[in-house]
Amino acid sequence: MTGEKIIQTIAAFIHQILGAAGLSGIIFIIDPVLCAVAMFGFISLFVMFLVWMERKVSAHMQSRIGPNRVGIFGLLQTVADAVKLTIKEDVKPIHRDVIPYTIAPILAFVATFAGMVVIPFDKGIVVQDLNIGLLYIIAITSFTVIAILSAGWSSNNKFALLGGFRSAAQIVSYEVPLVLSLVPIIMTTGTLRLGGIVDYQAGHRWFIFSQQAIAFFIFITAATAEANRAPFDIPEAESELIGGFHTEYSGVKFAMFFLGEYIAVIVSSAVAVTVFLGGWLPLPFLGFLHLPGFVWFMAKLIFVIYLIMAFRWTFPRLRVDQLMDFGWKVLIPIAILNVLATGFVILLLEGGV
Amino acid sequence: MTDLLLSQIKGGNESQFGTDEYVVNLGPQHPATHGVLRLVVKMDGETVKETIPVLGYLHRSIEKICENRTYPQCITYTDRVDYVSAMSVNLAFALATERLMGLEPPPRAQWLRMVFVELQRIASHLLWMGAFAGDIGALTPFLYGLRERERILDLFEMTCGQRLTYNYIRIGGVMIDILPEFVPKCRAFLDYFEPKIAEYEELLTYNPIFLERTRGVGLISPEMGINNGVCGPSLRGSGVACDVRKQQPYLYYDQVKFTECLEPGGDCWSRYRVRMREIRESVSLVRQCLDRLEPGPIETKLPPILKAPPASEIYSRIESSRGEMGIYLVGDGTAKPYKAKFRCASFSNTYVLDQLTRGWKLADIMAVLGSLDMIVPEVDR
Repeated sequence: MTGEKIIQTIAAFIHQILGAAGLSGIIFIIDPVLCAVAMFGFISLFVMFLVWMERKVSAHMQSRIGPNRVGIFGLLQTVADAVKLTIKEDVKPIHRDVIPYTIAPILAFVATFAGMVVIPFDKGIVVQDLNIGLLYIIAITSFTVIAILSAGWSSNNKFALLGGFRSAAQIVSYEVPLVLSLVPIIMTTGTLRLGGIVDYQAGHRWFIFSQQAIAFFIFITAATAEANRAPFDIPEAESELIGGFHTEYSGVKFAMFFLGEYIAVIVSSAVAVTVFLGGWLPLPFLGFLHLPGFVWFMAKLIFVIYLIMAFRWTFPRLRVDQLMDFGWKVLIPIAILNVLATGFVILLLEGGV
Repeated sequence: MTDLLLSQIKGGNESQFGTDEYVVNLGPQHPATHGVLRLVVKMDGETVKETIPVLGYLHRSIEKICENRTYPQCITYTDRVDYVSAMSVNLAFALATERLMGLEPPPRAQWLRMVFVELQRIASHLLWMGAFAGDIGALTPFLYGLRERERILDLFEMTCGQRLTYNYIRIGGVMIDILPEFVPKCRAFLDYFEPKIAEYEELLTYNPIFLERTRGVGLISPEMGINNGVCGPSLRGSGVACDVRKQQPYLYYDQVKFTECLEPGGDCWSRYRVRMREIRESVSLVRQCLDRLEPGPIETKLPPILKAPPASEIYSRIESSRGEMGIYLVGDGTAKPYKAKFRCASFSNTYVLDQLTRGWKLADIMAVLGSLDMIVPEVDR
């Protein structure tokens, strides 16, 4: 029972019901909406799981236990946190700039969430396998800069402003190595469609093993910087600026920023898994297990997310100018050299594009 | 035309693109200022122009209170002067009073005092390491340091019943003798703990990000350090030999072997290295003192009311975890000190903060503040 078959069965079933009710005219609207709703539901659950996982992982790395009161192994801790954030008083600074203040958290959440639309969880399990998948993801996730700048500016708070500026500078700087590290992949596979990239890896070795191990590390580093996570979490450096750009937000608005950060991590990790680690392909020597591709994808996704979490609790924080130095003077040259090298190799091996 | 543009960009405050200075208030409630320290920082963008520490948020008039308490009663107040390193302050005051009144504690008491003060030094440096790493952004070493410190606090609790404010080192000796299981437990702890220091160093010392944050930051040259009153590990990080245990040995420090930890660099990284090496030295010191423990009395015979000689004064100093801790006592023939002044290392180390951070970034203030190991109750008393 592959993922494609499951989706086709469910789709056929829904089309049957709609047809019987005489509503077959709106199928072309219902299909994407249902896909989006299903994706939304799944990702919400996954984010809840991830919040719990981060707390447990960090706790065990720090020689403590982590949440273990609410639910078995503390699994309901995120539910408790969500309830707490929802019933919190929405404290707003008096002299805030109202429209950017209100829009910023929504934009931060929506921008990153919209990136999940093109992620293939299995062959055929994807909301919309756009032809320009990679380009779409990079473009959409750039909206977070606007959200952070608006949040920092509209809070009428020097600390928040500093945090907003730092974060905007950081995200914009690390966009470049992020994209540059993906360019060799596009050159090799000749397609921006994420499903197509996974198909290419089915025929050849996964990119992380064959040629693009450096690109993988550049991508993971740049993705960690994009999500404002340690060691690049200067914008929310608690020991310096209390909260950075989200200092003046409380309750649901803060939850939006918080979730937006986690979803950015998920999107980046999902792209890394799809592009470098073979997406929903099984591990080469474990193919005999006949697990659905979906399981493999989730396993790899959790592994990459665990890596990103381990970074946060191991490394100290870079100062903002050292961060910029590292992005511009180290990552970008390496990424450019990688592109050049890949170009040469393609030329040599295939005698031209 | 380009000249005009360039002059406008470089003009600073006089040009049309002039940037303004703004003032940021770090504290007194702040996750990183190690207590209620308030720093008024004048900044130009990300660069610090001036740092003005505003002190006094934790002032409790301990020195004035001590003028109305008898000498043994003052010991309880000394715990609160530096609660991270309480045994050292206890010892400082007890030694000062003993020198003022000409008392000599028995050998067992002196060895026990050394054991506890060095254990306290380890505990204080572990907490410092955690706080310093936390300021730099590595949140995990804090938990590791506290885990080890818990064991030391268990040893203290076994002996005097307290984990933070011990009131253990009294005038004339110590409060109560150690339990028989103290020595084996202490040795077991030291054997368990020594390899852990290597673990923490592996996590931090040569980590590229840690090096970038601390190397070359907060450079104290030896002259600058001496002229500005820096003392203790902060000055030893600049290569200046200033350990009171070597210069004016008290207790039995002249009878044990230990090296004074000096590092030539003068930056935050050197100060970090000094303290990590001091942890190792303290471990070896505790072992030596445990070996030299002999059975005997733990307190000298004291008169029922302890009176200072009339018109007497003394300045007595020890090496606490943060540097030179000096007590200046003036006795006037009564049972209460006429004046008790605590000369605390953190207070004199604060002065150099402004000079160290001018021209650096906001994040460097945290690194420098952490590396100076400032404890605010010591600053404010």
